[in-house]
Amino acid sequence: MPLLEISKLTKHFGGLTALNDVSFSVDRGEIRGLIGPNGAGKSTMFKNIAGFYTPSAGDILLDGESIRGHAPHEIAGRGVVRTFQETTLFQELSVFQNALVGCHLRARTNIVSAVLGLDGARQRAARQKAAEVLEFMGLSERRDQLASELPLGSQRALAVAIALASSPRLLLMDEPFAGMNPEETRQMMDLTRKVNDSGVTVVLVEHDMKAVMGLCRQITVLNFGTLLTEGSPEEIRNDERVVRAYLGGGHRL
Amino acid sequence: MGANKLTHVAGTAALLIALVILPGHLKYHHQDFIIFLTINVLVVVSYRLMTLTGEWSLIHIVMMGVGAYTSALLSKNLGVSVWLSIPLAGVSAGAVAALLSFPLFRMTQFYFLIGSFAVGEAIRLAWVYFVYPFGGSSGINTIPSPELFTIDFMEPIPYFYLVLAVVTLCLLILHRIENSRIGLTLHAVHWKSPLAESVGVNAWKYRTLAFIIASIFVGVAGALKVHYLGNVTPHQFGVGTMVFVLIWVIVGGYNTFYGPILGAIVLSILDEAFRAFEAIRPAIYGVLLIAAIMFMPRGLESVPGWFRERLFRKTAE
Repeated sequence: MPLLEISKLTKHFGGLTALNDVSFSVDRGEIRGLIGPNGAGKSTMFKNIAGFYTPSAGDILLDGESIRGHAPHEIAGRGVVRTFQETTLFQELSVFQNALVGCHLRARTNIVSAVLGLDGARQRAARQKAAEVLEFMGLSERRDQLASELPLGSQRALAVAIALASSPRLLLMDEPFAGMNPEETRQMMDLTRKVNDSGVTVVLVEHDMKAVMGLCRQITVLNFGTLLTEGSPEEIRNDERVVRAYLGGGHRL
Repeated sequence: MGANKLTHVAGTAALLIALVILPGHLKYHHQDFIIFLTINVLVVVSYRLMTLTGEWSLIHIVMMGVGAYTSALLSKNLGVSVWLSIPLAGVSAGAVAALLSFPLFRMTQFYFLIGSFAVGEAIRLAWVYFVYPFGGSSGINTIPSPELFTIDFMEPIPYFYLVLAVVTLCLLILHRIENSRIGLTLHAVHWKSPLAESVGVNAWKYRTLAFIIASIFVGVAGALKVHYLGNVTPHQFGVGTMVFVLIWVIVGGYNTFYGPILGAIVLSILDEAFRAFEAIRPAIYGVLLIAAIMFMPRGLESVPGWFRERLFRKTAE
């Protein structure tokens, strides 16, 4: 059974159809690339999976169970966590505190325990997990810096660290390489592989074709809200329809 | 960090000792003044917990009224001991807040602010129109004082110590909440709600939680007020009073725990000091406000840091 199964997903915004009857599935342990020209519906797809939008029709199955229409925090509770397109961090908190927020699911407490300090063991476990993910993402030395003071590459790494702190099964990365220089991109690719090797299934939306081709064995292509094709990087690169979609297809050149 | 914490602890201890010694040396109406001031400190600090989630409400002072009416009715009509009716005031304000959170937290930001004002006014008008049990616009009179051995809590000094003890305990609890995991989560909900939700935070639940906790503590403050005054009317909890709370919090600064406390204390003392110039008192108050906002946009709380920086630079030179 695939980990994630998108079944005939449709999303309307008023008269606009952002996604039309899209189906695909992602196996456990994969790094899947989700590509397509601007406006193809990639981010809309992510928002539907992560619960920020409710699909107009169709279903989203995680491990065979429907998560359609659940609230974002519930879906996070089931192990599906997204990162954001713009680098989204708690700028005014330290790197460590950022990771600590990510530990919410293991650290959440009730008001009485919080006041009386009865949740010590939980909070220690959370701090340990936060330290672990920072170590994993190579941010240990920066743990007391403010998030806003980090260079771009480290900010992105921290965004992933926050997501990892919640121990996801499926990580949805929205344009993790946007605006990065080649060196930063290379480091982020290594980190993404490392995350994947640790047992997290990854789906990434990305425009940097080199990165996508380098990371993914399977790529799903969307165009105008519909599924255009799926295949290996080799197949996608040589698929005339994909090339046409990117070069402003529809019109014959 | 350590030295900073030490100065905070030392400062708090000094303030507490001063407050314990002070009242015996004051005139009668100044004793009254510090009782209400101490209660108002609890009002602003509980309000700050609410603002931690980024939502500013106009219903806070009405929740104080809910506590006040609860304690008044329980102790006067049902003969419940005041020692019990004060905590029950907090419970009932918290319960009302929990109910109201269903309609109110469908809104955020500006809409929430206006919504909270509308709901608050509706509650206040209910106190005016339902003469039984709320006593209409003249409210409830001859509310009993607490009784303990032979201590006369009608007198300001014993009552002040009672208020000081309750408010100190409440502030300790609020301070712990803010510095706990829950405080961190409230902060996360405020600044990056989608990011917090994406790692499993139920933002709605935390906004509600902050509203309920703030209401519980301001409900206790309301109860403390009525058992000293001996009466409660709907007019005590109007939006005019709420504006004062907002001014104290904004002028004091809301980025630190002590900011709103500073605001309430400094502005109340200034207001009291200009009592002699009754006719131009509001004007003086207004000028002070404008000056505070112009010259200290981050509030009175930024003043100690400013001095520290100056001092540090001097010694560095």
